[in-house]
Amino acid sequence: MEFFLQLLVNGICVGLLYGISAMGFVMIFKASSVLNFAHGELLALGAFFFLSLVTWGKLPIAASFILTLVGCFILGFLIEKFFLRPLIGEKLIFVIMLTVGLAAMFKGLILLIWGGNLHTYPEFLPESLELNLGAIYVAPVYSASLVIGVIFLVLFGLFFKKSSQGIFMRSVADNQKAALSLGVNVRRVFALSWAIAAMVACMSGIVLGIINGVNVHDLSAIGLKVFPVVILGGLDSIGGAIIAGIIIGLLETFTGGYLSPSLRDVVPYIVLVFILMVKPYGLFGLVEIERV
Amino acid sequence: MGKLLLQLNNISVVYSNVIQVLKGVSLSVEQGHIVSLLGSNGAGKTTTLKAISGLLKPENGEVTDGSILYNGVNIQNQPPEFITRQGIIQVLEGRQPFKYLTIEENLRVGTATRPGKPFKQDLEMVYHYFPALVPRRKALAGYCSGGELQMLVIGRALMAHPQLLMLDEPSLGLAPLVVQEIFRIIKKINEEHSTTIVLVEQNANMALQVAHYGYVMENGKIVMEGTSKELSDNPDVKEFYLGMAASGITKSYKDVKSYRRRKRWL
Repeated sequence: MEFFLQLLVNGICVGLLYGISAMGFVMIFKASSVLNFAHGELLALGAFFFLSLVTWGKLPIAASFILTLVGCFILGFLIEKFFLRPLIGEKLIFVIMLTVGLAAMFKGLILLIWGGNLHTYPEFLPESLELNLGAIYVAPVYSASLVIGVIFLVLFGLFFKKSSQGIFMRSVADNQKAALSLGVNVRRVFALSWAIAAMVACMSGIVLGIINGVNVHDLSAIGLKVFPVVILGGLDSIGGAIIAGIIIGLLETFTGGYLSPSLRDVVPYIVLVFILMVKPYGLFGLVEIERV
Repeated sequence: MGKLLLQLNNISVVYSNVIQVLKGVSLSVEQGHIVSLLGSNGAGKTTTLKAISGLLKPENGEVTDGSILYNGVNIQNQPPEFITRQGIIQVLEGRQPFKYLTIEENLRVGTATRPGKPFKQDLEMVYHYFPALVPRRKALAGYCSGGELQMLVIGRALMAHPQLLMLDEPSLGLAPLVVQEIFRIIKKINEEHSTTIVLVEQNANMALQVAHYGYVMENGKIVMEGTSKELSDNPDVKEFYLGMAASGITKSYKDVKSYRRRKRWL
């Protein structure tokens, strides 16, 4: 029973990270219908930025974390400005191929600068973060990821529900023509969705780097885990991405714990296939509101 | 004649570089007036509005000739972000709400031209004009009725403080009583805010009742213009748009002569 609860808690923590990282992916898709295949590399970039700031720059942890987030936000902005904006109006497949190219480019850059070895962050999480709930032990990384995940979730919820810019972003995803007719700056919305997506990808990259160590191949593969997550959640549902993220996270830790660690990357996909056979649009795919 | 707010001088619009839709349209809109634009389907009314609001570009259309002057400034082929910030807001045909946003969030999108400014008062103003929206403010727009949605999209445009409001078929698919209500409010907005309004309508009768001035379009050209009274007294308009024969009785299909008379315009 303790083992079960232990896995449950770890699964939820990791899953929340998957979910938040997938949220960035969904945001880009909702705003501009672009599937971003460079998502995993963005995740890895975030982890490596943070690594450099901490080990080479010798900056304090909090400062490095915030600097990485800001840097990734700006990076997302620049990607949109220099790579995607020139392609506005072109066929979608070209844009998607561009993101595949971006993925290769970023991966190459990371290999060039940091190499392909496994790096680790210095131990910096305070012991006080570890939780002992009866027999369950929650490692500091997991409780930290839970806290960060929940903070991001609440902030994004408020941003999209309350702030004007958030509502403008949703309006573009909803009906682009009507948004244009009211003077919503659609290009800025695209840029902002890339910036936010890059930022949350980096954030998940850092935390996953703390858990598993920092390695390009591992991290970009984890980034690809957004695909089962978003397909399960429904490509256009932000809430669905979070819940599907948690489901995939749980499946992974339970498989790793009860069956075999080598199966943990496979079983989620098998379950995904079965769920999709029942619900082809994902668990929370947008149900088209149709007026009859 | 009062101050001219908007002037279209002989504009041509071409879609995809080949399809010419407007063939030299000239019209002018006086400040504070309601101007109606009448005509059959495919006459080019909506295209005229889009040429003004800058929404042609996303549809691969372009003003190839002539000029559009607004407050003395040339605005043809400018992007919609620029034109909306000059105070021109178009309400699209077929309502086009943001289905997955609530009524109130829909209204807030109307403040996009002046982000960061307070909007509470404007919400009150819209709810004052359209009290029917108040109980629905938290409802998703996708689940509202056609009449509520028409009120919503007009209200959403009002949130932008338009100087020139362009309405594309606000009566489309609505019950007669709702249509009357909407036109009453359009007139009220015009009187209380001195908002200039361009009204595209199939319901010529309603449009001529509220408008000061009117234009009739056929085949991408303006074929007739005049004050609303002149237009509603004109025998051609009466017959083709108000559905009455010259004598005032409902027209019969036997009267084939009308066909020849219509041709004169084309």
